Amino acid sequence: MKALVVLLALAAQLALAAEEPVRLDSAPIDPRDVASLQTGARSFVNYCLNCHSAGMMRYHKLLDLGLTEQQVKENLLFTTDKIGELMNVAMTRKDAKEWLGTAPPDLSVIARARGPDWLYTYMRSFYRDPESATGWNNMVFEHVAMPHVLWTLSGQQVQEERKFKNMEQAEAVGRQQKNAWKIDVLTPDQAGKDGERFILKTIRTETAGSLSQIEYDIMVRDLVNFMTWMSEPNQITRKQVGYVVMLVLLVLLVLTYLLYKEFWKDVH
Amino acid sequence: MAAAEKQAVTGAGPFNDLLTWIDQRFPLMETWRKHLTEYYAPKNFNFWYYFGSLALFVLVIQIVTGIFLTMNYKPDAAQAFASVEYIMREVPWGWWIRYMHSTGASLFFICVYLHMFRAMLYGSYRRPRELLWIFGVLIFLCLMAEAFFGYLLPWGQMSYWGAQVIVNLFDAIPVIGPDLAIWIRGDFVVSDATLNRFFAYHVIAVPLALLALVVAHLLALHEVGSSNPDGVEIKNVKDPKTGRPLDGIPFHPYYTVKDTFGVVVFLIVFSMVVFFAPDAGGYFLEHNNFIPADPLKTPAHIAPVWYFTPYYSILRATTDDFVLWVLAPGVVAFALLLIWSMKKNSTRMTVGVTAIVLLAGLLNLDAKVWGVVLMATSVMIFFFLPWLDRSPVKSIRYKGPITKTALTLFVIVFFVLGYLGTESVTEGRTLAAQIGTAVYFLFFFLMPWYSKIDKCLPEPERVTSK
Repeated sequence: MKALVVLLALAAQLALAAEEPVRLDSAPIDPRDVASLQTGARSFVNYCLNCHSAGMMRYHKLLDLGLTEQQVKENLLFTTDKIGELMNVAMTRKDAKEWLGTAPPDLSVIARARGPDWLYTYMRSFYRDPESATGWNNMVFEHVAMPHVLWTLSGQQVQEERKFKNMEQAEAVGRQQKNAWKIDVLTPDQAGKDGERFILKTIRTETAGSLSQIEYDIMVRDLVNFMTWMSEPNQITRKQVGYVVMLVLLVLLVLTYLLYKEFWKDVH
Repeated sequence: MAAAEKQAVTGAGPFNDLLTWIDQRFPLMETWRKHLTEYYAPKNFNFWYYFGSLALFVLVIQIVTGIFLTMNYKPDAAQAFASVEYIMREVPWGWWIRYMHSTGASLFFICVYLHMFRAMLYGSYRRPRELLWIFGVLIFLCLMAEAFFGYLLPWGQMSYWGAQVIVNLFDAIPVIGPDLAIWIRGDFVVSDATLNRFFAYHVIAVPLALLALVVAHLLALHEVGSSNPDGVEIKNVKDPKTGRPLDGIPFHPYYTVKDTFGVVVFLIVFSMVVFFAPDAGGYFLEHNNFIPADPLKTPAHIAPVWYFTPYYSILRATTDDFVLWVLAPGVVAFALLLIWSMKKNSTRMTVGVTAIVLLAGLLNLDAKVWGVVLMATSVMIFFFLPWLDRSPVKSIRYKGPITKTALTLFVIVFFVLGYLGTESVTEGRTLAAQIGTAVYFLFFFLMPWYSKIDKCLPEPERVTSK
């Protein structure tokens, strides 16, 4: 045991020497909140589904969110007129590569690859960067090819840096942020005489958008909620079936245990 | 003629006639008795003895769910990823079938690892069960191949790059390596051709071998009889009248009911994963594998699924420095130890020559080659366990402190190597993996000596009650 602990501690220490990844906010999502999922579906269709496909997802599956066929057809169907179609986009991958530099990934299961927290933080971490091709950069995904599509809603953010002498101070200020933050650690040589090695990077809203920060956060929450649901539309059913199966198994557990004990009574 | 001589089957109520009819044309009752009602198993099996039957149970789950998955899966680079999602979303209950299969893969390894550990605890591989053990290790090898081929099929980023890394290992073999790697892939990179052939291996070739080996494993088991936690032979003490082992009980019904209970406990654990945490936090289904395979985008961090990570760690631990400062001196020291222990001059000569050849290879060939050799050795070494263990007793219950310490260390490094294999490489982690690798091999290579000098307790005459 001791050897294990020592080895793990050794490994952990060396791992920390590099640049810290961004701290992800926990996404306050709930895949059973149908109203949130419906709002998220609308945002997804309006804002994402122009460049990103969700090619493994059928419009018809949206009926699971408590919508009628008529509602889906009138409000959510832009790329096709058949509800049995997949959520594809008109843009070909080849065109996308030419226009955007890289083809936007399909989003059907992106929530399972990235995780809801990553998506939630990512969508709230764009900032203005005059050096990038799109004019935008992102705290979570540096030099991402995607521009900030929702900027008219969120307003424009800029990145700020503050220097600290120790990690605890920097982290304390970071934790008060409503948006993503990260801390870059300089070596003592790079830091210079003042010894301020810990650079806290945060973003600040410079010009407001049409939504307040809270409204924007809620909008992103709903969007991420929908994307998480979409990554596995059967997840609610899965858990419901799970409870029934567990119940049956618990009954079987008692029965098979009693059977086993009954047979083994005469083994000494 | 023979038909008339056989006794009629009794005790099956309305089925007596049917069973008699079959039995006169097929060794039905004989098989039933030989392998179930008159197969005597020791009465003192403990918790560890559940995992053999559980492994068999998972094999059945994998075959049945696998059949249904193939009905909708498309082994085509352009369609594979989407066809898996099609199963997850649109095939009725497809998600259940798929999660059972993906969870089953991991739990298969858990069962097999625990089953093997049981054998190591109680010396189940010792004479006369060497061949039984060898069949078991062959099953383990087949299982690894099965898992490796199967993991490519979802065609995610980890599927793709995992296969790329492993096939590239063959590249390291001197002379034939590069051509061999192309031959395995059927292409210069992992591609549609690779996916198709891996599919064929996964659904036909390896399962056939696996099933045949399981039959051989069970036949060998029933020939020599099961071992037990005391490591004593129940056949040595028989009832003089009936000729049955005094400490044995018929497998059926005693162990069939006990194993049924075990299966239900297993199903509860299995269902908890399947229904409530099917990706097991990224260990059973890796996050990156939800990104479709992209031959142009190498992921920053490639890790195999957890059950391969101990061996993957050994592969990565084998750096130039490791070969020079640990492996080469290790070969010299081990050769000297062998020469010192061997009496025959011809054997001594052979050891010396082998060591010199190995040393020349170590100093001249690339470290990558030795990484592959060490990784292969770390698995193959299990074959030799029956001959490495020279302890006078079989069970850990009567073994001495050296063996107990060695086995504990082995388990610890197995977990540490497993953990390190899931993480990205840093200097500290490589060092830890190198220490782990050294301990892993010392456990096996020094076993003939430490198992012999260890102070063991006397074995009992008969099995002790639980």
